[in-house]
This record gives sequence, structure tokens and C-alpha cells, in this order.
Amino acid sequence: MHLVVCAKQIPDPETPASAFRIDAATNRVVPAPGLPLVLSQFDGIAAEAALRIKEGGTGHKITVISLGEEQAAAAIKQVLAMGADEGVLLRDAAFEDGDSHTTATALAAAIRKLGDVDVVCCGRQAADWDMGQVGLILAELLDWPVAPLAQSVEAVAGGVRVRRGVGDGFETIETSTPAVVTVSNELGTPRYPRLPQIMAAAKKPIVTWGATDLGLDPAKLGAAGRRLVLERLALPTKGGNVRLIEGDTPAEQAAALVAQLRADRVL
Amino acid sequence: MPRNVLVVGELNDGAPSATTRELLGAACGIAASGEVGVVLLGAGASAAAPACAGATRAYTSDDAEYDAFRGDQWLRAIVAALDLGDADLVLIAQSTAGRELGPRLAQRRGTAVAMDCTQVVDDGGTWRATRPAYGGNAIATYTFATRPAIATVRPKSFAAVEGDGPATITALPGAGESRTRIVSREPAAAEGLRLEDARVVVSGGRGLGAADGFALLQQLVDTIGRDRAVLGASRAAVDLGWCAQSMQVGLTGRVVAPDLYIAVGISGASQHMSGCSGARTIIAINRDADASIMDFARYGVIGDYKQIVPELIAALRGG
Repeated sequence: MHLVVCAKQIPDPETPASAFRIDAATNRVVPAPGLPLVLSQFDGIAAEAALRIKEGGTGHKITVISLGEEQAAAAIKQVLAMGADEGVLLRDAAFEDGDSHTTATALAAAIRKLGDVDVVCCGRQAADWDMGQVGLILAELLDWPVAPLAQSVEAVAGGVRVRRGVGDGFETIETSTPAVVTVSNELGTPRYPRLPQIMAAAKKPIVTWGATDLGLDPAKLGAAGRRLVLERLALPTKGGNVRLIEGDTPAEQAAALVAQLRADRVL
Repeated sequence: MPRNVLVVGELNDGAPSATTRELLGAACGIAASGEVGVVLLGAGASAAAPACAGATRAYTSDDAEYDAFRGDQWLRAIVAALDLGDADLVLIAQSTAGRELGPRLAQRRGTAVAMDCTQVVDDGGTWRATRPAYGGNAIATYTFATRPAIATVRPKSFAAVEGDGPATITALPGAGESRTRIVSREPAAAEGLRLEDARVVVSGGRGLGAADGFALLQQLVDTIGRDRAVLGASRAAVDLGWCAQSMQVGLTGRVVAPDLYIAVGISGASQHMSGCSGARTIIAINRDADASIMDFARYGVIGDYKQIVPELIAALRGG
């Protein structure tokens, strides 16, 4: 089975809110000094899902694809170090400042070019914009079935089996392959590559494809092709008027809190 | 100017879900004198349509095949409803179904969707959708280059309206084939109050230190009353395996807006606050007075929850 993992490099979402900056002129996040870009957490979990399938059988191969600038190769290398086999970097000025649709368009063309892909694993959403669209649009563009929000993924004869949360419960579903799966955090923590694996990953191949390699019209990509236009990015307003409940002992604090809540008629 | 808005409804025990009614409220505010359509799919859909206050028109199919949500079947029905009407805007809940339907519908109609919106406005013909991004660290506003505009809407962002249901009900085709086969379904043990319905939510996070911290929080819930209080959790606590995923409040979990939210050992990561910032009063019980939760809380209690929560239980019982 040929598995593809879609991986995005993003500003570290663990950046403390106090260090979070926005450039109002460009509507872009200013990366916090000294904090490197990271692999979006949900994409690491998607890689983990693909690796579990690879280890559960023989003859499976994993290709990791990232769309981004040159530095996105670091995200590809991380997934290669986890155990993927080959990398594809989609890099072209024409891809820049697109939306979920233009990103999925480039990814779909790359997956078609790979030719023999059975399962695409995407994170349920990127941990920067939190849209959760690319995997689903990709499935539409490829006209493949999609199993969203997977908490576990298994290969079965001719298809994939996915367990996922729905409303107040769970369901197990199957689709035929080729298929797209979007993976949720409940699947588990992605493995942490060790030094020998990081060294070995340096030797794994990464090819770079641009719009021409994919046979795509630049007018339909990036800023030129976007359908959803970011007009403004701003910092939220916060309350910031917390009142600390005083007291010399936990009992005094508790009594003061209960008195306050009763005065407020909250309890 | 009148706008036509189509709401993709969801049924809950044979009635329009709470979020569906909120979407209809939002649609009424936006549509002016335009049409407000609602799509309802599954057994009992046409019987539930009159309860869709605010809708002028319903598109329904009573085919029970729609009951267990499968995206491809629902998409065909929604596309059929769009072909019958002329929507300027489609509103979908940010639910398990809506997270799948929004992007797929946008692609099928050659347009775009803004996900998890807290505000959608018609600014003289320009649709503007506002939503949190970067886990809530930023607020993003989008416009649409294509029509119809589609938005999935965060639960509890709009108020439902009272009034008449749809005057016209149009039948949609049955579900037909699906490429997804449901192997099994496990409804979660439906015990007690749902998180979304509770007036008080007591949530625990990484700062509890261990799974057994939730047993103490459960005692606090029991003291407040199981008829109005329920346990919640942060994603960190779920990822550590301390509690069920169904308890998770936040961006990738549930959205609650109770009268009182008691956050115990929760640092206040933006993605968690996305799920509870609608609470009327937030209390933070935390060792760290500088934790970000204090930016959101009305009251902070600084100290060891293992000492404070038992005293809180005693104080509540004493009064």
C-alpha cells in the first residue's frame, strides 16, 4: 500500500499568548524570535497513523508531502525521521498566499503525479488556522471517499477501517481505497525520532515540484486562485480583570468564594 | 437588502438540534425579508420542520438512511436543496457532520467556506465571516470571492428565535448509495446531563497531576447537584488518558456556555478557552497566579486544588 502523509509547517502553537504578534499591514503572524517553525501537531499524528499501518504489514511505503517554502523541508525530514520513505516539497511562488482550496489543488495534482497512492493521511486541521478543510477538499478533487476525524486507522482488504467519535458516541466505518483519512488527536502521541533515525532521514530522497511540474495553471493557485480572502487578522480582546479570592487558608478562600458566588447569584 | 439563507439543520431525538435553532436565529437576522430555508434529513424530518422557528421554507426527506450521518448522502441532498432555491449564504453547524459538510459542499459548488465562525454579516453585498485562528490567539475576518458564501458556525454563538415555522415544505430525494459502510456504532452511555446543557461545568486539566483528581472534582459536581453540574476536561487531561474524550471542552472538543465554569488546574491555552469563553462566570483554581486562565477568569483562587476543592465542598454543604 502506498500511503501519503500531508504535512504542514506552522509557527509553534505553544507560543505563549504574550509572545504572539501580528503584523497588521500584511495580516501575518510574526514568528516569535528564537522559536522555530514546527510540524503541525495533527500532521504528526497523521504520520503516526500511516506508520502504524506500514508496520502492520509488508510492502507498504509512505511518501510525505508538504507545500511551503524551502524551510518546510524540515517538516518533511521530521516525518522521514519518524519512518516515512520519501518526501515531496511543493514549492513555487505561485502557491503563496492561497486558501484551503488552492492548497488542496496542488496536493491533489502531486498525488495524481505519484500515481499509485492508496491512502492519504491528513491531520484533522492545521494547528495554525484551525480550518480543517484541506483533507476534505482533497478527497472531493480526487473523487475519493473520505473518513474524517479518525481515532484509529487500519488497513483491511480493499479498504480502510476507521474508528471515530460522533456526537456522544463512536462509530467504526469502512471505505474502499483509494481514500483520504483525516486524523484526530485521540489516535495517540506521534513517535519521537531518535538520532540514528534522524541521521538516516538525511539520506532519504526529497523532490521539489512546482506548478509547471504538476501541470497546474498559476492563475488558479495561491493568491490568484483563492476563494476565501483573509481581510483582517487581529488580537482578541481579553477580560483581564480577574479578582483573586483572598484568604489565609484554603478554608477561608473557599468560604470567600462561596460568599461571592452567592452574592452574584451564580450559585 | 433581502438575502436568501439556507441552514443545514440537524435532528436530535426527532427535533431540530439546539444549534440548528441558533443557526435559524442567525439566518433571520441576516436575511432581512429574504427566504430562510432549512434542510432536515432523517426519520421524522418533515414532522420536525414546523419547529424550525424562523424558517420560511423547509427541504426535507424522511428517509431513515440519513439518520446515521454519511457525508456523501447528505451532500447530494444539500446540493439538491441549493438547486431548488437560490441561496446567497449557507449556514452549517460546527458539528461532526458540519466539519465534513462545509469544505466538501464548498468544493462541490465551486465556492469557499469559513469554518467555526462566531460572526457572519452582510455588509452591503460583501459577506464577512469572523472566526478565531491560531487556537484563539487571533481573530480572523474573511470575505468571499465566490458565491454562495458558506460558513460553519460555532455552537452558542447566536440566539434562537421564537415564531412561526416554514410555510412551505419541499421533499428532497432519499439517501441513495454511500461509499461509507458503517461497521458498528457505540452510543456513549447516556448517563445524566450533557455538557452543553449543564448550568455548571467543573473541568480539570494537567494541573490535577493524576487521574484521581477527577474523583475529587466529581464530588464537587455531586455537591452542586448532578441535575445542573457536570464534569469537563482539557485536551491535556484527555491526551494523558485521565478521562474520556467525550469530556473534552475546547476547539477540538465541545463548546459550552454555562452560568459557571470552574477550571481546576487548567492553564488556559487558547484552544481550551475557545470551548468555554461563553461562560457567564469563570473561576480558575490554579497554583500559578500568572497562568493565562487568569486573563479569562472572573475569580481566581490561587493554591493547591487538593486543599481548596474539599474546603469548597464543605463550604457549599455548610451553606
